[in-house]
Amino acid sequence: MVNLDPYGDRYAARTRGMTASEIRALFAVASRPEVVSLAGGMPYTAALPLDAVAAAVADLVATRGPVALQYGSGQGDPELRELICTVMALEGIAASPDDVVVTVGSQQGLDLVTRIFVDPGDVVVAEAPSYVGALGTFAAYQAEVVHVPMDDHGLVPEALSETLGRVGPRAKFLYTVPNFHNPAGVSLSRERRDVVLDICRRHDILVLEDNPYGLLGFDGEPEPALRARTGDGVLYLGSFSKTFAPGLRVGWVLAPHSVREKLVLAAEAAVLCPPSFTQMVVADYLRTQPWQDQVKVFRELYRERRDAILDALAQHFPAGSVWTRPGGGFYTWVTLPPGLDSKEMLPRAVTARVAYVPGTAFYADGSGASSLRLSYCYPEPDRIREGVRRLAGVIKEEQELRDTFGPVRPHAARGTDSPAPDLA
Amino acid sequence: MNRALVLAGGLSFERDVSLRSGRRVCDALRSAGVEAEVRDADASLLPALAESAPDAVFIALHGAPGEDGSVRGVLDLAGVPYAGSAPHACRVAWDKPTAKALLRAAGVATPDSVTLPQGSFRELGAHEVLDRLLRRLPLPLLVKPASGGSALGASIVEDADALPAAMVHCFSYGTTALVERLVAGTELAVSVVERDGVPEALPAVEVVPKDGPLFDYNARYTAGATDYHVPARLPEDVLTAASRVALAAHRVLGLRDLSRTDLVVDADGTPWFLEVNVSPGMTETSLLPMSAAAAGLDLGVLCRDLLAAAAAR
Repeated sequence: MVNLDPYGDRYAARTRGMTASEIRALFAVASRPEVVSLAGGMPYTAALPLDAVAAAVADLVATRGPVALQYGSGQGDPELRELICTVMALEGIAASPDDVVVTVGSQQGLDLVTRIFVDPGDVVVAEAPSYVGALGTFAAYQAEVVHVPMDDHGLVPEALSETLGRVGPRAKFLYTVPNFHNPAGVSLSRERRDVVLDICRRHDILVLEDNPYGLLGFDGEPEPALRARTGDGVLYLGSFSKTFAPGLRVGWVLAPHSVREKLVLAAEAAVLCPPSFTQMVVADYLRTQPWQDQVKVFRELYRERRDAILDALAQHFPAGSVWTRPGGGFYTWVTLPPGLDSKEMLPRAVTARVAYVPGTAFYADGSGASSLRLSYCYPEPDRIREGVRRLAGVIKEEQELRDTFGPVRPHAARGTDSPAPDLA
Repeated sequence: MNRALVLAGGLSFERDVSLRSGRRVCDALRSAGVEAEVRDADASLLPALAESAPDAVFIALHGAPGEDGSVRGVLDLAGVPYAGSAPHACRVAWDKPTAKALLRAAGVATPDSVTLPQGSFRELGAHEVLDRLLRRLPLPLLVKPASGGSALGASIVEDADALPAAMVHCFSYGTTALVERLVAGTELAVSVVERDGVPEALPAVEVVPKDGPLFDYNARYTAGATDYHVPARLPEDVLTAASRVALAAHRVLGLRDLSRTDLVVDADGTPWFLEVNVSPGMTETSLLPMSAAAAGLDLGVLCRDLLAAAAAR
């Protein structure tokens, strides 16, 4: 007998469920220029001041080469940690550099926090829908994810309270993306922020606040972070991926000192130390470049694309579809007319040369087929409009197919539905 | 045979599989001493061929562009040799109902089937059409797109009330459905390669998916999801009959260089033709490389020889 996986009976229990699905394989076409991809989450890095960045990198190597190319501290570059505190201050957070741990992207921060808090079978409470990268992490640590509904103003407090009452002490933390949620596009309203913190305090549950998009709001100043309101019981994840560049892989965790101690040990066990080179690039950028002006450039760019997608949705999408109106960030969450399945529809969309991520990718419990995520961060506005036009056609065809055959049970398919991070 | 171009990727549902096939073929060719590179079948292809034509092209494209003759037609126009079937033969093999009809006419057993485009259901009423279909073909049924690979859109229907869902799933991947009587038995994949111009059947691979009866996408491309037995665990005379079916498919449809026939052998030892593939998968989990290894053939040498034959045509 030919066994193509001779290691099959040796894998750890936590790898169960680590299979890609045929849906994930479909995303391969999105790299072709013929396809308008509204599926990816790549920031528009072409808008960066690349000449300035090139000069800074050259200078770094020329003047501090041996240090930049050397191992660094497991907790991260001290100067960068100070600068991170000034960045967090923009969203109301007062913190000490000692309590910042630099990580390889905030994704690694998510992984480390989950690693030090979650045992197999523990419950993690997350929004409905939730960030696919986080769901992957929670699955890797064999957590049970319980979703709590959101509306246009973020997490619904009554639902959160009810859920926490139900899952009780098994819940290790609430994972929340309060600003310009990926994938939902909504933000936790000002009024609800204190309410949510209060509910979590009453139920004695930690809050893990993940905030990559806080500075990418299109109107007005950023809403103060949950962590700005209290240092107790809130762990904060930050990132330079959207405000500067994801390729540098620099993010951070802000945690109370006892948690921070454990995070540093866990980080050292994972990577020894975060990359010195890219940390110093980020530090130089923050120190010497008008980086907040660049964030404004990004905001305007993404605002124009947001406007394009919302206009196009209003113009083309059939009655019965609804979508969120993001005030910042990269995504809008579209709910299809009743009776349609966004996962089943994806092959047809590929045939029509448009890609999106089915809503099922953003739930741990198999729901989400009635919705899908559209991203507007990467394609030009005209391409966005064309993509929405194509997708509207796909929805109409899908409706015809459903009308022909009547309501049917969805096809069972296993594995991860989300695309890889370098999908445009 | 010095320089080869491997075409992989394409714009089809199987792009991901194709990219993996292409990489494996490219690596194999290189280890057989051929200078090889992988290219996508996109707007840059023809200019690249014009600038510096390889000795021959290996087509690792899966799905319509690679398998329905379209890319090969363009390569013919560009005067670039390639290993594999010519466009007219591809068109016939790619459309499963046509391939089945031709083989049936040549005396090869293939399961009873009905072919219906989505339009028929829409215009004549799904309920009525499905009702007639169930009277014509007994359950269980195998529903699949009339053209397509990797079992995308395919499902097994055991209950009549599961049939509408199977049709909806099928029509996500293609506009015409092939509904076949499901023959119970041993699933085999028999690859055929031409050596010195003579088609030879390689050892049959017996395919036993571990999770459910259908050899679906996951079963094909997740290592460890399927048990493979090569040589297949069937008597010699049955294996010979199965090989003859694969050779018949290769001959009757006018195929060239390489092909892979999927069939099922029932309890009586009768091999039933299901479909034939003119651009068989070449990934780490694919069937033709497995057969080649069982026959003691080096994949790179095999591909090199097919390319050399193409270049000499």
